[in-house]
Amino acid sequence: MRRPAVFRAARAGSRDAELVAPVSVAVAVSRWSRTASVFTGASVVVVAALAAVPFVIGGPAEQPLITLLTFVAMASLWNLLAGFSGLTSFGQNAFIGVGAYALYLVAVHGVNPFAGILLAAIAAAVVSLPVSALVLRLSGGYFAVATLVVAAVFQIVATLSPSVGGTTGVSVPGLAGYSDVLREALTYWATLIVAVASVAGVYLLVRRTFGLDARAVGSDPVAAASSGVRVGRIKLLAFVAAAGGTGAVGALIALQTLYVEPTSVFSIQYSVDMLFMVLIGGIATIEGPIVGALVLFLLQETLSAYGAWYLVIVGGLAVLATLIASRGLWGFVAERLGWSLLPVGYRVRGSGSGPDSGSGRGPAPPARATP
Amino acid sequence: MSWVNAGLQGMLLGGQYALIACGLSLAFGVMRIVNLAHGDLAVCGAYLGLVLSSVLGVPVWVTLPLLLPAAFAVGMGLQVVLFGRALRHGVLAPVLVTFGLSVMIENLLQVAATSDPRGLNGGALTLASFRITGGITVSWLFLTGFLTACAVLSCLQLLLSRTSWGRNVRATADDLDTARLVGIRVRPVFASVAGIAVATAALAGVFIGTIGTFDPQAGTNTLIFAFEAVVIGGIGSLWGTLVGGVALGITQVVVGEVNQAYAVLAVHLLFLAVLTVRPGGLFTSHQSAAQVRGVRGQGVLG
Repeated sequence: MRRPAVFRAARAGSRDAELVAPVSVAVAVSRWSRTASVFTGASVVVVAALAAVPFVIGGPAEQPLITLLTFVAMASLWNLLAGFSGLTSFGQNAFIGVGAYALYLVAVHGVNPFAGILLAAIAAAVVSLPVSALVLRLSGGYFAVATLVVAAVFQIVATLSPSVGGTTGVSVPGLAGYSDVLREALTYWATLIVAVASVAGVYLLVRRTFGLDARAVGSDPVAAASSGVRVGRIKLLAFVAAAGGTGAVGALIALQTLYVEPTSVFSIQYSVDMLFMVLIGGIATIEGPIVGALVLFLLQETLSAYGAWYLVIVGGLAVLATLIASRGLWGFVAERLGWSLLPVGYRVRGSGSGPDSGSGRGPAPPARATP
Repeated sequence: MSWVNAGLQGMLLGGQYALIACGLSLAFGVMRIVNLAHGDLAVCGAYLGLVLSSVLGVPVWVTLPLLLPAAFAVGMGLQVVLFGRALRHGVLAPVLVTFGLSVMIENLLQVAATSDPRGLNGGALTLASFRITGGITVSWLFLTGFLTACAVLSCLQLLLSRTSWGRNVRATADDLDTARLVGIRVRPVFASVAGIAVATAALAGVFIGTIGTFDPQAGTNTLIFAFEAVVIGGIGSLWGTLVGGVALGITQVVVGEVNQAYAVLAVHLLFLAVLTVRPGGLFTSHQSAAQVRGVRGQGVLG
C-alpha cells in the first residue's frame, strides 16, 4: 500500500528536527520548539525532585503523590486508547483488576511483589489479546458497552474463583520483610516509574508514525484504511499497550491497598476517572491528561467529603467539557498561548515569512489533532 | 418438568429485557447513538413510578398515564439539549456525553434516594398467578410484562411501517442527508424517537421495579442486558431484539436453576459467543452488521 505524498514527507520529517519539504513553496517543517526544550528540561527536574521526596519529606507527602501519579498513568493510557485511537473503552477497570490479581498470584508463588509489577503488566497485555479479538470488531458505543461486559465477566470470574479468595478477596503476600517506611517508599518510586513510563511511552509512541496512523484511525477508520493505514494492527497495538500499562497500575493499586477484592479492583469508578481526566485536561494531547489528573486530584481532595455529589460534579463537568470545551483545559490554554510543551505534530512555516504566517499549513498534518 | 418451567419463566423474563432494549435499538438505528445512560433512564422511570404511586397512594400501573408522557418529554429534552449537540461533535462525543450522563444520574439518585433497594407497589397483580399443569405456575405479573413487551414492539413496528411518521423515521435512518434534501425535518424526528426510547425504558423500569428491586446503581447492569439483547438479536431488528431478550432470559433462568452464581456469567458468555460467531447478531443484514463494526452502511429499520 502506498501512502500519499503528505504522509511520506511527514515520515521523513520524523527523522530530522527540520527539513525542507518537497513541495513547490519552500517550507520548513519542525517537530520541536524552544518551549518544548525548556519544558522537557523542567520535567526532568520535576521528576528528579519527585524521586527525592521519600528522602526529603517522607511519608506524609507520599500518599497523596501516589494517588496523583496513579491518576497521571491511568489518564495517559486511556488517552492513548480513546484520544489518539478512537477506542472509547469503559472497561479498562478489567485490566486494573487483572493487574491486581496477577500481582497477587505471582507474589503467592514467591516473586518479589515489586518485581511482580512488570509481570502483572505482561499478564494484562496477554489477557488483552483474546479480549481484543472480541471487542475490536465493534466500534463506537458498541465497543464501549462490549468492554463493560468484559469487565463484568472478569469480575464475576474472580468472584467465583476460590483460589483468589472469591468475594472476600485476598491480601498481597511477600511484603512482611519490608518495614512500613521502606514499603511505602518503594511503592512510591514504583508508582513514579510507572507514571513517567506511561507518559513518556505514550508520547514516544504517538510521535512515531503510529501516532499519525492512530489519529487517522480514530477520526475515520474507512478513510484511514483507504490511505494504506493498517487499521486492525493500529487498534490492536493501542489496545494491548494500554491494557499492559493499566495492568501495571492495577498492580500498584494492589500494593497500595495491600488487599485485592473483586468489587474494588474491578470498580467502574476507575473508568469514570480516566474519562473525566482526559476530557477535562484535553483529549488527544500529551499534556492534557496530566492537567486532568491534577484537576481530579484537587477535586477529590476538596469534594470527596460530599460523597455522591462529587461524582455528580465529575460526570457533569465531563459532559460540559465534551460539548462546550472539547479540547479541554489544556487545549484552551495552549490555544491562547500557542504552546505545545510536548509536540506530537508538525509545525510548518513558509521559509522567509514570519513564524506565524501559517502559509504552509496546507500539506502537513495539523499540529494538534482534534478528536 | 422443572426445565420446561425454567424455560417458560426465562422467556417471560426475556420480555423485560426486550422492552428495555427496543429503545436502545431504535435510538441507534435512527440517530446512530448508543445511549449509555439508557439503563439509568429505566431506573429513573422506576423511581418516578415509586414517587408517584406513593404520593397518590395507588398501584404503580395507575400512574402510567402520568409517567409515560413525562418520560417521553424527558427523552425529547435530552435529545435537544444533549444528544443532538453531542452528535454534531463527531463520533466520540455521544459516547462520552451519555456515559457522563449515566454517572450523573446514578449519583443524583444516590443523593436523592440513598442506596437502599426499593420495590414498586404493583397492587393485586404482584402475587397473582395461575397454574397450567402440575409443576408450572405462571405469574400474571411476568405474563403481563411479556405481553406488554410484545404489544410495544408490535406498535412500534406498525408505526414504523404504516404511518407517515414511520416513513420519515425510516428515511432518516437510511440516509440522513437525503432525508433532509427531500424535506424531512430531521430534528423533530430525532426528538420523537428519543422520547419513545426513554418512555419504553421507563415502562420497562416500572416492570423491573415491580418484579424485583432496584437501586441507584442498577442502571449499568440494565444497560448491559439491554445491549446484549440488541446485539444477540441483531441491530435494528425489533423482533430480533425480542428473540435476543428471550434468549438472555432463558439462559439466565435455566443456568440459575443449576447454580445461581453462574446465571449472569452465562448470559455474558452467551453474548460474547454470539459476538464471536455472528458479530452482527442472529437476525440482521450485512449492512447493519457493517455498522456495528464502524463501516458505513445504510438502512437498518425495515
